[in-house]
Amino acid sequence: MAYARDLGAIRALIASHKRWDMLFGICGLLALMIGVLTFTALFVDMAIDGIPRLNWDFFTNFPSRHASQAGILSAWVGSCLVMLVTAFFAVPLGVGAGVYLEEYAPKNWLTDVIEINITNLAGVPSIVYGLLALGLFVYQFGLGQSILSAGLTLALLILPVVIVATREAVRAIPQGIREAAYALGGTQWQVCKDHIIPYSSAGILTGVIIGMARAIGETAPVITIGALTFIAFLPAAPISAQPPFVSLEWVMSPFTVMPIQMFNWTSRPEAAFLQNAAAAGFVLVFMTLAMNGLAIWLRYRLRKNIKW
Amino acid sequence: MAAVSVASAVELRADGGPQSATKAEAKDLSFYYGSFRALKNLNLVVHEQQVTALIGPSGCGKSTFLRCFNRMHDLYPGNRYEGEIRLHPDNTNLLSPSVDPIEVRMRLSMVFQKPNPFPKSIFENVAYGLRVRGERGRRAIEDKVEAALRGAALWDEVKDRLRDLAFNLSGGQQQRLCIARALATDPELLLFDEPTSALDPIATASIEELITNLKKKITILIVTHNMQQAARVSDYTAYMYLGELIEFGRTDELFIKPKNKQTEDYITGRFG
Repeated sequence: MAYARDLGAIRALIASHKRWDMLFGICGLLALMIGVLTFTALFVDMAIDGIPRLNWDFFTNFPSRHASQAGILSAWVGSCLVMLVTAFFAVPLGVGAGVYLEEYAPKNWLTDVIEINITNLAGVPSIVYGLLALGLFVYQFGLGQSILSAGLTLALLILPVVIVATREAVRAIPQGIREAAYALGGTQWQVCKDHIIPYSSAGILTGVIIGMARAIGETAPVITIGALTFIAFLPAAPISAQPPFVSLEWVMSPFTVMPIQMFNWTSRPEAAFLQNAAAAGFVLVFMTLAMNGLAIWLRYRLRKNIKW
Repeated sequence: MAAVSVASAVELRADGGPQSATKAEAKDLSFYYGSFRALKNLNLVVHEQQVTALIGPSGCGKSTFLRCFNRMHDLYPGNRYEGEIRLHPDNTNLLSPSVDPIEVRMRLSMVFQKPNPFPKSIFENVAYGLRVRGERGRRAIEDKVEAALRGAALWDEVKDRLRDLAFNLSGGQQQRLCIARALATDPELLLFDEPTSALDPIATASIEELITNLKKKITILIVTHNMQQAARVSDYTAYMYLGELIEFGRTDELFIKPKNKQTEDYITGRFG
C-alpha cells in the first residue's frame, strides 16, 4: 500500500515539462507580438505623418498640383458611391445564393461541386476579377470606366464572402425552428422569408460588412478597369430639387477611390505629397476599422434577442 | 413498484367513456429511412376526441410513426412511406403522393419534444399559423390568439406581456406557448411528440392536465416514453417495439391485463 515515492524524481520531471510549457508560451507571445507590433508601428508611423494634414479642407478639396491644397473629396465620395453599388448587387445575390444552397438545393454531387467552387472563389486574386471585369463590364456590356463597373467588380469580389457568411448563419438555425414552421403549414418560401432570413440577418450583415471592408481597400481591380488617378469633379448628384428628383446619372460617371488616390500621391517625388498619402491612408484605415466596429455592434444588437 | 403506481393511476381514470368515431386510421403503414425499414405494417385506429398514446422503448419507432401523420419526413431526402393513413370524415389518405404535405400540415398540428418557440414575441408565435393561412384581419388574429392562449392555460400568465420575446418564458410556459401555437389554427388532430421530456415535474403536471382538458374538443395522439404519463392521460395505448405494433387497446385494459407477454414485461418494468 503505502510506499515512499521518489518525490525528487517526480519534481525534476515536472520541472523539465514546465520548461517546455514556458518555451512555447514565449514563442507564442513572440509570434503574436510580431503581428501586433508591426501593424501598430505602421499605423502609428502613418498617423504621425498624416494627422497634421487632416483638416476640413483636406476632405473638401479636390486633388491639386499643390500638395498643401490637395484633398480627397473626389476619392472619398468615389469610394462611398462604389461601396453603395457593391452592396446593392452583392447583398441580394449573395443572400439569395446562400439561402438557396442551404434551404432549397438538393443535396447531391452538383451542389457539392458548386459549394467547393464558391469557397475557392474567395481565394482568387483580385487582379483576376479586375481583368474579367475589364473584358465583361467595361467592353462587352459597354458600361465604360464607371462607378457601376467598379461596383459590379467589387460585388463579384466579395460575393463568395457574403455567400459563405449567409450559409453559416443559416446553418446555425436549429432544425427545431424549421420543423415548427413547416409543421404549421408553411411553404419553403414562407419559412425562409419569415424565419430563416430574419434569424440569420446578424450573421449575414457581419459577412457583408467584412466583405465591404475588404472591398474598400482594393486597388488592383479598380485600376484595371480604369479608374482615373486624377479627377477634379464629382459625379452628378443622385437627388435634385427638380423632377424627377432622383437621378442615376452618377453610376455612369468616371471616378477615383481612396486607395488609388493614395497610390497616386506616394508615386510623387515631393515629400509633402507623401504626407498627403499618409493622411489619406489614415482615413482609409479608420473607415475600415469603423466598418468592422459596426459589424461587431450590429451582431451584438441583432443577436441579443436570439438564443441558441 | 412501477407496476403498482401504473395500476393506481389507471384506476383513478377508469371511467372509460363512450366509444367514439374514428378520426384517423393507419393501414399497413411501413416507413423507410433510405433502405432501413423503421416501421413495419402498422395498423392503428385513432378515436375522435380521445387521447391515444404511443409507448415503447427508445428507437421503437413511436416518434417516426407520429411524424408520418403530418408528413414531417417529407422534409428530408431518402424517406419513403408505404401503406396509408386515412383522415376522417373525408377519408383522405394523408400519405398519398397526390396530397400536398402542406395541406396535411394545415389540418394537423404538432407539438415537439423540446419547446421550440420562434425568436419572436409571444403574440407573433401564436399568430404565425394564422398568418401562414393568409389571415389578415387584426381583430380576428387577436381573438384567435387569445382563445388559443386560454386553451393552452397560458393567457393569465402572459396577457400583459404579449409583446415580450417568447424566449423570456420558462421552459414549461414555452411548451404551453407551443401548444397555443398549435391550437390557434384549429387542428383536426393534435400530435404530441414527448411534450414533457424536457420539463420538470410541475410543468409536466400542468401539460398533462392541459391534455386531459383539450380532448373534450380535439383528438390527440401523443408519444411518450413515460408509462405513467400514458396511463394518466390516455384512453387508448399502443405499445411498439422495433418498428412493430405489439399491442393496441384501451389504456385501462392494456395496463391491467396486457394480452401480450412483451407488453407485460415492458409495462411492469422488467424490460425497457
